Amino acid sequence: MTVHFPALGLILLFPALGFLFNLFYGARWGRGWVNIVGPGVVFASFAIVVVAFIRLVTLPAGSVLSVTLWQWIHAGPFRADFTLQFDALSALMALVVTGVGALIHVYSVGYMAHDEDFARYFAYLNLFELSMLILVLADNLVFMFMGWEGVGLCSYLLISFWYANQSFAYAGRKAFVVNRVGDAGFLVGMFMIVAALGSHGLWTLNFAMLRANANLFTTQTATIAAILLVVGATGKSAQIPLYVWLPDAMVGPTPVSALIHAATMVTAGVYMVARLHFFFMLAPVAMELVATIGAVTAIYAASIALVQTDIKKVLAYSTISQLGYMFLGVGVGAFSAGIFHVMTHAFFKALLFLCAGSVIHALDGEQDMYKMGGLRTKLPITYETMFIATLTISAIPPFAGFFSKDQILESVYNSGHHGLWVLGIITAAMTSFYMFRLIFLTFFGDSRVDSEKVAHIHESPSVMTAPLIVLAVLSIAGGWVGLPEHVLWGNRLNAFLAPSVGEFTPIMQGGVFMLTGVSLGLAVLGIIAAWYFYLVAPGMPYLIAYQLQSAYNVMLNKYYVDELYNLIVTRPLFWISTMVLGRVVDSFIIDGLVDGAGLTVETGGQLSRRMETGNVQQYAFVYVLGVLAIVAYYLYLVTH
Amino acid sequence: MPATLFIFLAVVSIITSLGVVVQRNPIHCLLALILTLIAIGALFLALDAVVVGFLQIIVYVGAIMVLFLFVIWLLNLQVEAVPTGSLAVKFFATIAAAGVAAELFVFFSKTTGALGGVTVAAGYGSIDSLAQTLFGQYLMAFETTSILLLVAVIGAVAIARRTIPERERDAPTRGTPT
Amino acid sequence: MMTVSYSWVMALSAAIFAIGVAGVLLRRNILIMFMSIELMLNAVNLAFVAMARRMGSMDGQVIVFFVMTVAAAEAAVGLAIIISIFRNRETVNADELNLMRW
Repeated sequence: MTVHFPALGLILLFPALGFLFNLFYGARWGRGWVNIVGPGVVFASFAIVVVAFIRLVTLPAGSVLSVTLWQWIHAGPFRADFTLQFDALSALMALVVTGVGALIHVYSVGYMAHDEDFARYFAYLNLFELSMLILVLADNLVFMFMGWEGVGLCSYLLISFWYANQSFAYAGRKAFVVNRVGDAGFLVGMFMIVAALGSHGLWTLNFAMLRANANLFTTQTATIAAILLVVGATGKSAQIPLYVWLPDAMVGPTPVSALIHAATMVTAGVYMVARLHFFFMLAPVAMELVATIGAVTAIYAASIALVQTDIKKVLAYSTISQLGYMFLGVGVGAFSAGIFHVMTHAFFKALLFLCAGSVIHALDGEQDMYKMGGLRTKLPITYETMFIATLTISAIPPFAGFFSKDQILESVYNSGHHGLWVLGIITAAMTSFYMFRLIFLTFFGDSRVDSEKVAHIHESPSVMTAPLIVLAVLSIAGGWVGLPEHVLWGNRLNAFLAPSVGEFTPIMQGGVFMLTGVSLGLAVLGIIAAWYFYLVAPGMPYLIAYQLQSAYNVMLNKYYVDELYNLIVTRPLFWISTMVLGRVVDSFIIDGLVDGAGLTVETGGQLSRRMETGNVQQYAFVYVLGVLAIVAYYLYLVTH
Repeated sequence: MPATLFIFLAVVSIITSLGVVVQRNPIHCLLALILTLIAIGALFLALDAVVVGFLQIIVYVGAIMVLFLFVIWLLNLQVEAVPTGSLAVKFFATIAAAGVAAELFVFFSKTTGALGGVTVAAGYGSIDSLAQTLFGQYLMAFETTSILLLVAVIGAVAIARRTIPERERDAPTRGTPT
Repeated sequence: MMTVSYSWVMALSAAIFAIGVAGVLLRRNILIMFMSIELMLNAVNLAFVAMARRMGSMDGQVIVFFVMTVAAAEAAVGLAIIISIFRNRETVNADELNLMRW
């Protein structure tokens, strides 16, 4: 049942007010006010979300809270309004976005304490919260696309936050342009959907209406549209082939990387697939595509993360890899499992990024792990929380990551995709390996820190460590809402999400212990390998790298994908822009038209001025000619 | 009126008007114009337009042509020395004039009626009937025309008078015969 | 002899008019151009008088009256202008009076 809940509007109102305040008054009113308003509005939004959530659980399953904020598009029979809907899926996403977002806002207070542009930063961050909330709370595809574009914009603004640096600005542009390519696919997919339904006389992009009329789509239409939507999702969620912007996005402030490129924006693609689960179920080919892209991206990104030296780059590729898991989950039909992993990933990845930020902050900007080491004693809180996060991402029970990743892998196996399952568990081994490599290199062993930085190493202030602790708690306990069946209270999350995203239908049932055992075993193997390679025998990695030099170089250079894109996409486009559009269209045609207009007038003037000779008799002559003409005309009239 | 009278007057007026256009000496042109005007005035009289005919002689010839004469003397215009103007101009101008004549001939050939065929009222063309029409139906136009004449007089005086600096400037060099 | 018809008079008027046009276009002396204009006016007067007689109405003669008046005014002002031009430029040749050319 649908319940009218006007307070939903407040969820959007608070970040909007925060954005406006920080943008226009932040710099003038000073750091004190901005530090309160910035995080404060997000906490306020979170409070409203909690209230709405409580209301929702008291209603029967499948209920929706809704409110229409504004009438927007009424084009004939087609209607798309600013309507918010709060069902189970939106509730979960909103809780994550506002909750983790609020924590990251608090962390940012400390992180940006020495930056002059704090007001602009919080303004953009609040704008991002607004856009992301629009995205997850929208009730139709068009409104959702507005949020989709908004988060892309904020991503650009925040990546190139320190725009004075050319390469940072370039990274921001790269993110935006690559996103745009995905958005083009998304748009065309949207058009196809609305056209397909329109041919049956139904003009709408409202999710509830789409779900109710899903049977009107033919399989071909659904497949093509779904694939186009997936193109959009790969752009936003950094999957193959549109993932190239995410590693470069690490030049932004670390809290930005945590919020946007780990916890929320990049999960928008997964959310979109889950939201349109009924549509994707109509197109098995598209689902296969999603699952395959997810699995391949996961193992591919993990392989690159194995050899990176920059701490943030490791985490970036890790994010791409984990997003691959989510895609894999929704691709085989386990939508609830994919969303579960979105939630736990938000907790532990945000925590990982914030801890990395803490380390970088302590080392005065150092990001190279080979210049770290032995920080365990100097940064205790950071170390402990990061260790917890690493255990989670490596899927060690009873931490949160175990339950979500395990549910995905189990679903993959039970849906018959055994090949993809194998890719998944290999990736799990690689994940635990590179994450523990990160921990060992950063916090253990001898200190390789530059001597002038050693003296300044200090733990972060409590405004930065408090969110770390909260996120660590969530990383431990967050998975306990999705316990396997028959264990304590079972999978409450699945039950909660089922009305929104459907149920997963397995076609077989692999042995639970076998599946869990294999993945757990491989994860532990990864940890042991990392321990061996980086603590026991630190020289081993260099030896192996030397032996497999070409393979190592390929992985280190990210498989040269950026260079490939540069060659086949960027350069030709630039060439077209300058040679064709620049020279021909702009200089020749458009300038020609404009200049030509002027030239025509000028030449006309030059010719006409010959008539002004100043000679009266010539004027009289022309006059007589005119008279002759008029009289001739009268003669003609008279005689006929 | 008898045809012979008309033909005589027509021939005179054509020849003298040709004379106006062709003559070199401005005084001769003026003389030819006066003769043309008198011939046309005679035609007016023959067409029972008595008042207008006499007015033509008195006003047109007696006043306007005298004015022309005075201006020719004032400007001391001499005989035009060299025939100026290119052949092309003369050619096209003649063609244009001939064209005008041809068109008008065609137009006016439609005019019907013989002179004797129309009987006019008694007193037609007399000063009585002219005054009646003029001060009756066309009184406004009459008054406006009088204002026009006033304006013309003022304008002519204003344009043609010398200003003081001119007089000073002209004084020393004036009177040199050319 | 044949009777004079109105078309003869109109033809005469047309002829004098055309001669006046030729005079305006051919002569260079502006005073003589002015005289040609007077010729044209008179040709028109002749046409008016003839048609007035044909219609038996005095209106045509009244028009002629006005045309004469206006011609007088025009001659006065025009000649004043010619005098003024002559004072400034020492010439009455139309070809040399072309200040308003491009």
